[in-house]
Amino acid sequence: MNILVVLIPVSLILGAIGLVAFLWTVRSDQYDDDKGNAARILLDDD
Amino acid sequence: MTSACPACDVAPAAGALAQGSGLQFSLPTIHCAACIGKIERGLAGLIGVTGVRVNLSLKRLSVTGPVAATQVQDALTVLGFEAYPLDVAALSTSRDDTGRALLTRMAVAGFAMMNVMLLSVAVWSGATDATRDMFHLISAAITMPVVAYAGQPFFRNAWTALRVGKLNMDAPISLAIALAAGMSLYETLNSGEHAYFDAALALIFFLLIGRFLDHKTRMNARSAARELSALEVHTAERVVDGRARTVNAANLEVGDVVLVAAGARVPVDGVLLDDCALLDRAILTGETAAVDASRDALLQAGEINLAAPFHLRAVAVGEDTSLRRMAAMVETAENARNSYTALADRAAALYAPLVHLLSLAAFVGWYAFTQDIRLSLNIAVAVLIITCPCALGLAVPAVSTAAISRLFSRGILVKHATALERLAEVDHIVFDKTGTLTLPSVDVPDTLDAKDRAILKALAQASQHPMSKAVVRALDDADVAHLRALSEEAGSGISAMAGAQSVKLGRGAWLGADFSGFGYRRGDAPAVAITATETLRAGVGEALAGFDLPCEVVTGDSAAPAHALARQLDLPIRWDARPEDKLSHLDDLAAQGRRVLMVGDGLNDTAALAHSHASIAPASALDASRTAADVVVLKDSFADLPLVLAVARATHMLSTQNFAIATVYNFIAVPVAAAGYVTPLVAALAMSLSSITVILNAQRMRWIK
Repeated sequence: MNILVVLIPVSLILGAIGLVAFLWTVRSDQYDDDKGNAARILLDDD
Repeated sequence: MTSACPACDVAPAAGALAQGSGLQFSLPTIHCAACIGKIERGLAGLIGVTGVRVNLSLKRLSVTGPVAATQVQDALTVLGFEAYPLDVAALSTSRDDTGRALLTRMAVAGFAMMNVMLLSVAVWSGATDATRDMFHLISAAITMPVVAYAGQPFFRNAWTALRVGKLNMDAPISLAIALAAGMSLYETLNSGEHAYFDAALALIFFLLIGRFLDHKTRMNARSAARELSALEVHTAERVVDGRARTVNAANLEVGDVVLVAAGARVPVDGVLLDDCALLDRAILTGETAAVDASRDALLQAGEINLAAPFHLRAVAVGEDTSLRRMAAMVETAENARNSYTALADRAAALYAPLVHLLSLAAFVGWYAFTQDIRLSLNIAVAVLIITCPCALGLAVPAVSTAAISRLFSRGILVKHATALERLAEVDHIVFDKTGTLTLPSVDVPDTLDAKDRAILKALAQASQHPMSKAVVRALDDADVAHLRALSEEAGSGISAMAGAQSVKLGRGAWLGADFSGFGYRRGDAPAVAITATETLRAGVGEALAGFDLPCEVVTGDSAAPAHALARQLDLPIRWDARPEDKLSHLDDLAAQGRRVLMVGDGLNDTAALAHSHASIAPASALDASRTAADVVVLKDSFADLPLVLAVARATHMLSTQNFAIATVYNFIAVPVAAAGYVTPLVAALAMSLSSITVILNAQRMRWIK
C-alpha cells in the first residue's frame, strides 16, 4: 500500500497540470471564435 | 461621451486614428478558411495596419493601427468582401466576463470531479477501514473548496429567489449540493461507509456545462443584435457660421441648425428652414406615399429626406424627441413581459417542495423506525441526490440552447429569454404592412426597352438615394450600360452621357417634364415618369402558406394600398391605424383570449411589438423596434418565419419530454433511495445517465423542419 503515497500525489499533480493548462487557454481568449479556430487549421501560411 | 482629445468628439474617425486602436467591421459574407486567409493577408500589407484578426463565429473583423476606416473598407471591397464599419462605442467591447467565469468554474469542477471519481473507484471496489477513510479525507480536501467556489452561481441564484419568497430550480440544486457535501464530510470524520463527494461535484459540473452553453448562445444572439445598432450612423451635420461639421447626434442642442443630406435620416425633431422638402415617413406612420413639407413645418426624428438637402432648427433633442418618447413607452410595456414565468421556474415551483417533502418524509420515517439519526440523515441525502435535480436543471437549457443555435444558423436572433416559450403559445398573427410585408419599390414602365433599362440601372447605381436603390432592385435582371461623365446634383437627380446622348434620372421639374415625381429622360425624348410603389418582401407568400394560424394586417397606410395588398395576399386588413389603434386592437384580441404574435418594423409598431404576447422584427426595422422585439430576422426573406414557430413549439415539446424523462427516473429511483438501497456508486450512475438522456433528447431539435 505504500505505493499510494507516491501515486495519489502524482495523480493530483497531473490533474492540476491539466487544470492550469485549461485556465491558461481561457485567459488567452482561445474560446472566443470556435468556428474560426476550426477553419484556421486549414490555412497553410504562418 | 467624454474624451481626452477634444478633436475626437468632432470627428469619431480621428479618435480611432489618434489612439491607433481597434476598428471593427461586419463581414456578412465570410464563411470559410480561405476568406480568413485572404482578408488577413490582404490587409496586413496596408500601410498603418499593425494587427488584423477575423472572427468567423461573429463574422467580424478587427483592425488595429493608425489607419482610416475608409481605407480598410476600400481594400476589403477590392478583395471582394462586403464590409460595414461598426460603431465601436455602440458595440460595448467589454469582454464576456460572465462566460469566462462560468468556464473557469466548470473547469475547476471537472478537474475535481475526475480526481474524486478516481479516488472513489478504490472505495467502490472494496477499500475498507483506514484506507477508505484516507481516500474519503483526500476527497473531502478536494471537494469542500471546489464546492464553495464552483457552486457559487447556484447558491447566489437560489438565495436571490428565496429572499423574495420564490422557489427556483437552483434552490433544490443548492440544497442537494450543500447537504451532500456536508453530510459526506460528517461521515468521513466519523469513519462512515458512504460519502457522496463525487455526486456533489458531478452535479455542479454537469449543471455548469448547461449554464455555459446557455450563456454562450445568448451572448452570440445579443452581440449580433448589438451589431445591428452599431451599423447605424449616429452623427449629424451641425451648421455653424455657414459651415457644416459632423458631430455626434447625441451632442446636438435645441436651437442648433442641422443640415440633412439627401437620403439621410432626420436626427432630431425640428422646424424646416427651407421652402420645401419631400419626406418619407413610412417608418413613423406606415404611409408609403412621400410627404411634402413647407417652410416652418415640424419634422420628426426618423423621417428620411427624399429630395434636396435642407436645413432645420432643432426644437427637441435626445430624450425629448418623439422617437425617444416612443422608446420609453416600450420600456413600460416590456415590464409586463418580464413578469412571464418561464417553464423551468413553473416546474421548479412544483418540483422543489415535493422533493423536499419526500426527503423529509424519508428522514422522519427512518427515524421513527430505527431511532438512528445518522442513518436517517444519510437516507434523506440519498433521496435528495437521486431525485436528479441534474436532469431537471438541464431539461430546459439543453433544449433552448439547441433551438437558439438552430435559429441563429438561419439568420434569426432570439433576444429574449422566454421568447421561445411565448412563441409556442401564439395563436394569432398580426402583421404590419409597410416595411414588413412590403418593401418600397418603383414602377418602371414597360414602355422602356432593354437599352433604356440598362442606362437607367447604371444611373441608379451611382446614387445612394432610397429611390435609386429601389430602381436598382426593380431592375434586378437588367444589364448595366456603360456611361460617361456621371454627376449627381444633390436633391435633383443624376445625369450622364450615354454615347452622344445626355441621360438623366431625377425630379420631374429638373427633367423639364410636367409631373412632379421621379422620372427618366434620354436625349430629347419626352420624360418617363417612375412612380413609387411597393412590392412584397421575399418569402412572404411561403411564410403565410406555412402558418397554420389566423393572420391579419394592420397598417397606418391609407385605404387604396391597403386594399391592393389585401387582394394580393387574401388577408383581412385594417388601415389608417395610428399606433394607439394598433395597441387597442391587440388589447381587444387579448381580451378575447388570443395570444398575439406581432410582426412589425416601424416606430408606429414599436408599442405594439412590446405589448403583444410575442414579437418579431426584420433587421431593417428601426432601432427602437428591434429592441422591443423578441426575435429579429437578419435575412431579407421572410420564408423562415414558420420555422421560428415550429422550433418554438418543438422547444416546448422537448422541454416537457425532458421533464417527463426526469420524472420517470424519479419514480423509479425515489422508492429505491427511500428504502436505503442507494449507494454513492448507484447515485453517480443514475445522475450521469439521466443527464445524458436529457441532453441527447434535446439534440432532436436538429431535425425540426
